Amino acid sequence: MMAAAVNENFANYSNYLIRSAMFVYALAFLAHLAEWVFGGRSKIAVQSAALTSDAAPPTAVPAVTVRAAGQAGTTTIERPKVITRASASDRDISDGPGAAGGNEKGDLYGRIAISFTVLAWVLHVCGVAFRAASVQRAPWGNMYEFSTTFGAVAVGAYLLLLALKKNVRWIGLFLTTSVLLDLGLALSVLYTSSEQLVPALHSYWLWIHVSCAIISGAVFYLAAVGTMLYLFRDHYEVALMTGQASNTRWGDIMRRLPAAASLDKFAYRMNALVFPLWTFTIIAGAIWAQAAWGHYWEWDPKETWSFITWVVYAGYLHARATAGWKGRKAAYLALVAFACFLFNYYGVNIFVTGKHSYAGV
Amino acid sequence: MSITHKPSDGRVPGQGSGPDAGQDPESKANGTENGGEDDLGAAGAQLSTQPVDTLASGPALGLVGWLRWMWRQLTSMRIALILLFLLSLAAIPGSLIPQHSDQLKVDAFKKAHPDISPLYSRLDLFHVYGSPWFSAIYILLFVSLAGCIVPRTWQFVGQLRARPPAAPRHLTRLPAYSTWHTDASPEQVAQAAQKALRGRRFRINASGTSVAAEKGYLREAGNLLFHVALFGLLIGFAWTSLNAASGGKLVVEGDDGFVNNLTQYDDFSGGTLYNADDLKPFGFTLDSFDDKYATSGPERGTALKFQANIHYWSGTSGKDAKKGAISTNHPLSIGGEKVYLISHGYAPVVTVRDGQGNVAYQGPVPFLPQDTNLTSTGVIKVPDALGKNGASDQLAFKGYFTPTGDLTRGPMSLFPGEVAPILWLNAYHGDLGLDSGIAQNVYQLDATHMKQFQLNTKTGVNGVALSPGDVMQLPGGAGSLTFNGVKTWASFSISHQSGNKLALVSGVIAILGLMGSLFIQRRRIWVRALPSEHGTLVEMGGLGRSESARIADELGDLIAQLQPDAPVRTTPDEPADTADEGGDEPGTARVPGASHAPDEPTTRTDDEGARP
Ligand code: HEM
Repeated sequence: MMAAAVNENFANYSNYLIRSAMFVYALAFLAHLAEWVFGGRSKIAVQSAALTSDAAPPTAVPAVTVRAAGQAGTTTIERPKVITRASASDRDISDGPGAAGGNEKGDLYGRIAISFTVLAWVLHVCGVAFRAASVQRAPWGNMYEFSTTFGAVAVGAYLLLLALKKNVRWIGLFLTTSVLLDLGLALSVLYTSSEQLVPALHSYWLWIHVSCAIISGAVFYLAAVGTMLYLFRDHYEVALMTGQASNTRWGDIMRRLPAAASLDKFAYRMNALVFPLWTFTIIAGAIWAQAAWGHYWEWDPKETWSFITWVVYAGYLHARATAGWKGRKAAYLALVAFACFLFNYYGVNIFVTGKHSYAGV
Repeated sequence: MSITHKPSDGRVPGQGSGPDAGQDPESKANGTENGGEDDLGAAGAQLSTQPVDTLASGPALGLVGWLRWMWRQLTSMRIALILLFLLSLAAIPGSLIPQHSDQLKVDAFKKAHPDISPLYSRLDLFHVYGSPWFSAIYILLFVSLAGCIVPRTWQFVGQLRARPPAAPRHLTRLPAYSTWHTDASPEQVAQAAQKALRGRRFRINASGTSVAAEKGYLREAGNLLFHVALFGLLIGFAWTSLNAASGGKLVVEGDDGFVNNLTQYDDFSGGTLYNADDLKPFGFTLDSFDDKYATSGPERGTALKFQANIHYWSGTSGKDAKKGAISTNHPLSIGGEKVYLISHGYAPVVTVRDGQGNVAYQGPVPFLPQDTNLTSTGVIKVPDALGKNGASDQLAFKGYFTPTGDLTRGPMSLFPGEVAPILWLNAYHGDLGLDSGIAQNVYQLDATHMKQFQLNTKTGVNGVALSPGDVMQLPGGAGSLTFNGVKTWASFSISHQSGNKLALVSGVIAILGLMGSLFIQRRRIWVRALPSEHGTLVEMGGLGRSESARIADELGDLIAQLQPDAPVRTTPDEPADTADEGGDEPGTARVPGASHAPDEPTTRTDDEGARP
């Protein structure tokens, strides 16, 4: 047997692990559904509570209480509070209570969902690792491997944000849904049995370039979810402010999401965080292309669509700084940019032939 | 004065398209823009060098007025945004339609779509990235960029030399605010605040017992650096494409090899500043080609290694040849040029005798791979053949080569390695049409003036399958073809490059600038300590970009740091957070309605009467 030959046992373990992960993700998905359902029945949920104007002076939303910065001894002194004043576009609508809507049962289900997600993610990562072990290389040689890793990184990023105590539990339902879709698609349509790479992919740039592309994509994805929900929630808030919000199930779901301003900021931060990484991905790709093909940029379809994606994200960042474009218009641009990313990944691999030889479905 | 106010257009205040659109601390900070609020005044000004978008008021009369107006439009953020979007749209067709760099594909496309192709040609759609309309977009974008960067740089230099602006009158208006009473004197508080802020590497501007501090200038520097680096990238690109030249050459194992001059290339494309006359002298021969394929398992047939073993020399003499190897991802630099391995395949070695019994052709003929198992197609042209009667009767053979073939399965290779080579051929005679003057593709046969031999085979298929050593006799004594053996060939791309370094360095700078621009927050903090009836009133306010959540945290940390020097008075006569703006300050009474629009939902108007 050759050194780099495929270990089929490992490949089988990997498939088994990925399928188990899907099963547990499905449990997490159901638990999240239960969280939303119980949260919806919550008696505490009163629609008007979404507006802070009744409860507190509209301008002073105490966001931060000064922490006692390790001052031993003088323990009981009163600390001044920092009062944050929302900017005008923030509308002074505070974040919704989350999927569970303050309902205890809902909250329990939410916690269960997160536990399942952690478990599924561990299985998922092991599946990816076994795949890598089976082929003794980075597990990103084809679309199947790319998709499974992509899902693992997206969930990993989400869990990391949770661990950092960021308010991101609202993504859970959407994330588990799309990871299930992603893995299902990978196993059914994109599946490729473990194989070696064509020599063009034998390069440490594979590790650098592709891992950055996967991380960028996963974080762009989280941002896109945030953007989409921002658009819905923004719509809901406009209705709320003009008194047109009806007490529908849709409104009940929207009510529990974070405020449009928070969703918008979340999406911006995610996008801004990985945009430099995405820039690096493209440059790393160009360096690799230089080594493999002799030209760092040849307008290969994959290069072209990476460039298009990059330019649209740059447009989005500009839009946020341009009067008359921030808000919804910038959000639409962000969604177009993510659509370009997706097309670059699925569309270009499937419909367009170029030099990127891993495009094998 | 409350949140229930409904704007007449049914939209939410601050989100509409009216003059107050998108107000946030920054755009307020930009002062006169949009006429809106100016309650932060100079304190909020110039937190960035972002250009102020003047809503298009018509141009002033006269040519100069028009030009100035157009320039202002071109260098506005709005136009930059539109140009960016146009650039991405314009890049799309080139990814879907074959481009001139792959002429074979373009030709195939033109053949398949004869109706639309002339239109495409006229619109430069086979040549998108060099087309006038694509160039126009990015040139405009870069002109806009230049028009944007230059004034912003001056502005930034000005900001660097200026000191942080004094606090606005009403610190409560700031996005983050805190206040408390303390027994420490105003001077002590101001001192402590200065020290703390300095320790946090803020730039300080103190006057009396007020401290103004600012930090995060690197954000702006990073942003400017990034945009300048884009110019570097553009110049690097342009330099590369003006100077780049590359050509392809297919070399058969063991033959004369390649010397670097134009006649030797199979194809060559020069750059404007670098062409065939500039080619440097060097050469190489292909000694052997290593290819390794997986021989078992599900990955059977997948290539594991391609390596061309060569001898190469620089200079014209061809002496002092050195041994070398070129493999995928590992080009070899010879005489300042780079040689890349592009592909490889097989060249069956044949001997063709004509009707006179003379050897009319002998040697390897490269066949081109069609699939991953290297089923290859090719043509053997024999222009020098004579017929039985002594007159010219050119011969041609056309067919497949399979490195691992199976006679029962037809011309379809089963494995890319050379295990059981078979040559599958049809034969023709007549006029190859080589004299017509039109250049012919050596891999294609123009059979319009040729007749196919009826090969006498038992299977009824008009073709012959040969294994090495086999001879094919042409009917009627027209000659024969002997399949002697198989050689490998490799094709190389020889390219001259410059401008790569500039592009790379610019790219790296662009990323660094981008990180500065996106990760660093520019922010201001003001601390003011004034005597009041309950001791010293400390007020603290922070202003950052709207996306910055950290300003509140930072303020919190600062408060904690100030506690030893300015502890909260233990029994304040009133809760600290209701301390009013301006009330304790002599001479700063607010003029109601003057500083903020009445429909502005977030002003703290309900605090007005709360003072005792
Ligand atoms: C060549 C095309 C351009 C690209 C790829 C590009 C890219 C970017 C990117 C990625 C950012 C985000 C960094 C940040 O938000 O701080 C940015 C910011 C910015 N760009 Fe550009 N830009 C281009 C042209 C321009 C032009 C023509 C202008 C002037 C009209 C301009 C003005 C700005 C300004 C003012 C910012 C900072 C916005 C802010 O304060 O957030 N850019 N640009």
